[in-house]
Amino acid sequence: MPQHIRAIVITGNGTNCEMEMAHACRLAGFDKVEIVHLSELLCGQKKLDDYHFLNLPGGFLDGDDLGSAKAGANRILHASVAGKEERLFDQFLRFIGEGKLILGVCNGFQLLVKLGMLPGFDGHYDRQAVTLTFNDSGRFEDRWVHLRVDPASPCIFTQGLRGLHLPVRHGEGKFIARDKGILERLHRERLVAVQYSDEDYREATQDYPANPNGAVDGIAGICNATGRIFGLMPHPEAFLHRTNHPRWTREELPEEGMGLALFRNAAAFLRSVAF
Amino acid sequence: MINRIEIGFRQEIRDALGEKIKKRIVEHLRIQVDSVKTFEVYTIEGDLTSGDLEAAARGPLSDPVIQEYAIGRGLASGFDWLIEVGYRPGVTDNVGKTAAEAIALLTGKPVRVYTSRQYAITAVRGRCNLDLLTRNDAERIASELLSNDLIQRHEIIDGRTWNPAQAIKPYVPRVTGEECIRTEEIDLDCPDEALVRISQERVLALTLEEMRILRDYLKNDAVLARRKEVGRGSRMTDAELECLAQTWSEHCKHKIFNARIVYDDGEGNISEIDSLFSTCIKRSTREIRARMGANDWCLSVFSDNAGIIRFNADWNLVFKVETHNSPSALDPYGGALTGIVGVNRDPFGCGKGAKLIFNTDVFCFAPPDYDKPLPKRILHPRRIYEGVREGVEHGGNKSGIPTVNGCLVFDERYLGKPLVYCGTGGIMPARINGEPTHTKEIRPGDLVVMTGGRIGKDGIHGATFSSEELHEGSPVTAVQIGDPIIQKKMTDFLLVARDRGLYRAITDNGAGGLSSSVGETARLSGGCEIDLKKAPLKYPGLNPWEILISESQERMTLAVPPETIGEFLDLARKMDCEATVLGLYTDSGWFHIRYGEETVVYLEMDFLHDGLPQMTLRAAWTPPGLTEPAVPEPANLGEALKTMLGRLNICSKESVVRQYDHEVQGGSVVKPLTGVVNDGPSDAAVIRPLLDSFEGIVIANGICPRYSDIDAYHMAAAAIDEAVRNAIAVGAPLDRLAGLDNFCWCDPVRSEKTPDGEYKLAQLVRANQALYAITTAYGVPCISGKDSMKNDYQIGAVRISIPPTLLFSTLGKMEDVRKAVTMDVKKPGDLVYILGKTFRELGGSEWYALHGAIGNAVPKVDAKTAKTRYEALHRAISAGLVASCHDCSDGGLGVALAETAFAGGLGLEIDLKAVPAEGITRNDELLFSESQSRFVVTVSPGAREAFEALLAGPDCARIGTVISEGVLKANGLSGTRIIEEELAALKAAWQRPLAF
Repeated sequence: MPQHIRAIVITGNGTNCEMEMAHACRLAGFDKVEIVHLSELLCGQKKLDDYHFLNLPGGFLDGDDLGSAKAGANRILHASVAGKEERLFDQFLRFIGEGKLILGVCNGFQLLVKLGMLPGFDGHYDRQAVTLTFNDSGRFEDRWVHLRVDPASPCIFTQGLRGLHLPVRHGEGKFIARDKGILERLHRERLVAVQYSDEDYREATQDYPANPNGAVDGIAGICNATGRIFGLMPHPEAFLHRTNHPRWTREELPEEGMGLALFRNAAAFLRSVAF
Repeated sequence: MINRIEIGFRQEIRDALGEKIKKRIVEHLRIQVDSVKTFEVYTIEGDLTSGDLEAAARGPLSDPVIQEYAIGRGLASGFDWLIEVGYRPGVTDNVGKTAAEAIALLTGKPVRVYTSRQYAITAVRGRCNLDLLTRNDAERIASELLSNDLIQRHEIIDGRTWNPAQAIKPYVPRVTGEECIRTEEIDLDCPDEALVRISQERVLALTLEEMRILRDYLKNDAVLARRKEVGRGSRMTDAELECLAQTWSEHCKHKIFNARIVYDDGEGNISEIDSLFSTCIKRSTREIRARMGANDWCLSVFSDNAGIIRFNADWNLVFKVETHNSPSALDPYGGALTGIVGVNRDPFGCGKGAKLIFNTDVFCFAPPDYDKPLPKRILHPRRIYEGVREGVEHGGNKSGIPTVNGCLVFDERYLGKPLVYCGTGGIMPARINGEPTHTKEIRPGDLVVMTGGRIGKDGIHGATFSSEELHEGSPVTAVQIGDPIIQKKMTDFLLVARDRGLYRAITDNGAGGLSSSVGETARLSGGCEIDLKKAPLKYPGLNPWEILISESQERMTLAVPPETIGEFLDLARKMDCEATVLGLYTDSGWFHIRYGEETVVYLEMDFLHDGLPQMTLRAAWTPPGLTEPAVPEPANLGEALKTMLGRLNICSKESVVRQYDHEVQGGSVVKPLTGVVNDGPSDAAVIRPLLDSFEGIVIANGICPRYSDIDAYHMAAAAIDEAVRNAIAVGAPLDRLAGLDNFCWCDPVRSEKTPDGEYKLAQLVRANQALYAITTAYGVPCISGKDSMKNDYQIGAVRISIPPTLLFSTLGKMEDVRKAVTMDVKKPGDLVYILGKTFRELGGSEWYALHGAIGNAVPKVDAKTAKTRYEALHRAISAGLVASCHDCSDGGLGVALAETAFAGGLGLEIDLKAVPAEGITRNDELLFSESQSRFVVTVSPGAREAFEALLAGPDCARIGTVISEGVLKANGLSGTRIIEEELAALKAAWQRPLAF
């Protein structure tokens, strides 16, 4: 008997992809999907402990005014939950500690990285080791990209996938690691789950616009060592049905959009483990 | 205590913004520079320790992976010139506000933060190291590119004398308010000249006649007696004068559209029109709704902030398009940003409030490569282009609303005032807690509540300012900068409050601020009494009249019943959105505004709203008497086609489109760019607002200002036809299309400044007559609209007036988005059809414009045959018989064929002899005539019979086939090959002009 799995989608302060992310969770079979405003967490009305799958959607936290997700990360690190002796960050740490799943997309990925939760080497979830910064083009861009999936990555979300075709919609998506050692470790531990690639998902690419932002080694998304925290710049929740595809009027496509697979994997994993 | 923190990228990290700025310096200003490095500067006012500063710099303000910081010293080095640009006092500083919040959270101490940015510029080093980049160059870079002196200040530092240890002295752009808050009384009992002077000096934009009405109002004994009871007398307060000027402004009252017009049609007929708005626009809608009878899907038209129609049994759609032209001329970024977040509040403040689901934007600019001297106070068109584009990008993307389509129009006459049309659609449940959502009700005793942003001096006189031409003394306070995140937080909060039934009515604060929002909604209860002293301010020092009419952004006004006010305010606090009770709605019949105990406005509601008599204006039409130019037929039509594809009004707008998020909210179906490599130009947008349904919305626009040079009647007819046929082209049914009219005119009131006012007003009359004729013929009702009547520039002897421009926008309901069609050819062997006859209609065309001519044979809409065609085409699309469909617009058939082909990456073989035409003897005329209501359609051979059966008729013809070879081939009227062009070359010509 599969257990009752619950997804939370956090919104507020400039987040804007919560609706389609929640829709993805529903389509993937989560028993309960809730869009929760950050203020509901901060006032203690809701708590992360009640969920199994934490979604951090795209948007512009605080306008990305201090750099993408910077002010948002500052809030999670330092704001305390009303009526409790804990920071919101402590709830995040507990959530991770229990082996639950976190998916950050676009601004959500930027948030995970700026917090330090990704890559979260050696369990240090508040030490920023990599970043996502301004696209080489110097501009925000909306375009579809191909992603090569590393089949050997521990990432729970990309299990069984070979490639993904999804849109990017960002101005700050260029992945940079603090130093060579960090970059090498990411590759060595197969934490680079998805890379911008050619159309056949074979080779990672640095060529614009296939690599839309100049990300180092075409890195589009990374996971932590357990594969349970995953962030990526492209939007899986933007491709849930074939009519989302830019060429659906000219290509034979399956009814279901490619992005849904990530959410299905999350659901399948959570049903397979006990909490 | 004041401290400066500077943040910059580490040496080896690419500075994309710096590179972009360098490119603009080199390409736009033609000043050679080697590199530009950027630095963010935070000037912090507050009681912070050095540890606090260190933590702030290391933490939220900088990115430790790629950036470095300096506290109290300069970070930049090795430059020739350093330009620092910061805001002037009182200008919205969004980044500063976010930084202050972050630092307060980090340190627990309240601070104020002001941001500025540094550009460290190095010259290109030659063999001899002379003054390669002079101070004069630096000054030009600052004033012509980096800083808008209206809202910003800049400082230039010479690299040769720079000592980083000394650093730049902190500058705090704090608003230093006037010490005494006061309400002034103005004596209007004075001669006419004095009245005119009062109107001018106070930027009231009131005419002498209107000033006289105010003067006479205060001579009424009954009024005086009532005023005495609240401590006011026979003089008008500044707040009253400002409130009346705002309420009676052209911007808010649409005096021209409501005027009585004596119209001479130039053929000896003189008629009287009692309001164009009533007799053309509203009448059309009324008649169409009557025809629809029980199937009428219009719910609220012309009465609210936006139009409301039914989507399905459970949901309603809301749509509004606005302009923000005058502010965008002065500050393109802030003006356009405010334009988009401003129009967002219209659907949001409509009925019970709608969730926002799409934006659509149309910009009219002078050409970006304009190279003549600029008149005073005018920014270069390229700067306007970039500024507006970026303002709308930030406003739209950060609000999480997809920009689903739009267009760019170029004409030199938009130099004086660019047109920035911003449209927003929303969706709302048809009922909430059993009550309909499309109506508004307020009861006496409901509380007047303001939510969202605070009030500052920004945007004072916006309503009156936009009711006059751009002139020397145009007020800088009219410019505002929006904050999409404050607005997002507010809309997040208010949607929750809406669904919990915590308020009774909602409206936005736009032009005229509280004066307008409270003044308008108070009509629903019959009066109000509010206290301006309770309104939260950005900084002290605002006089009551300023608080009343300030257009500070991100504010909504609500009517909240006393029973729910507690819960409403609790929720606001919890969701971090400021909400303040200002007073009460009443049924007293008076608009009563206090500042503390002092009454500052006491006017009858009836006088405020209905005290303005109808204007009477004269309009006289004289056809401009143009003739057809002698344009020689070009020898090489392939080259001619490429030249046409590279025209600014035809070429690809991809560089702009990609910078707008057109997919957020997850319901994107037909995107602005389409085709085999996603770069063809879609005719219209299709979205699915409800992710668990296949019902969809179609959004399209039509705009044809060039035709106004011949006859504004046909300009309007063509704009409506274009908006309708674009929607039809992707699959919308004609009988579920609603329209929005948005008129931007040059001053049509005859005066010393505007001697040709009667002609311009006749153009407006004719445009409205066309609107009535075409919308009723199609059965497409207008549900909302807007007008902006003073799009002129006048400084000294220079007067620039825009061409009369109607933007017509359509919103359609599609039962099943899976039936949608895109414009790109699909498969080799498919058959190519043209629907609609081509006439010799090149007047106002791009083809003639290319030859510097206007011509006279303007395209005319034959609505009756077009309607039959649109309905038949829709049946064919619904039956799945159409592989691709593209409308013929600017550049005619030739451009439509080329776009269809290269978007799909497949060639065409076309026989122009087969094209149904009348009066055409030349290939160039056949290719580039802009006859209306035509489509290029491709159909798979298997669907041929069924398609032809549906579209049979003299205006539909098969003109060729899709071929696998990537070449566009066309045989001309004499049967010989006249075009044979590689698709790659055609596409390159089309993509090149705006690829910056």
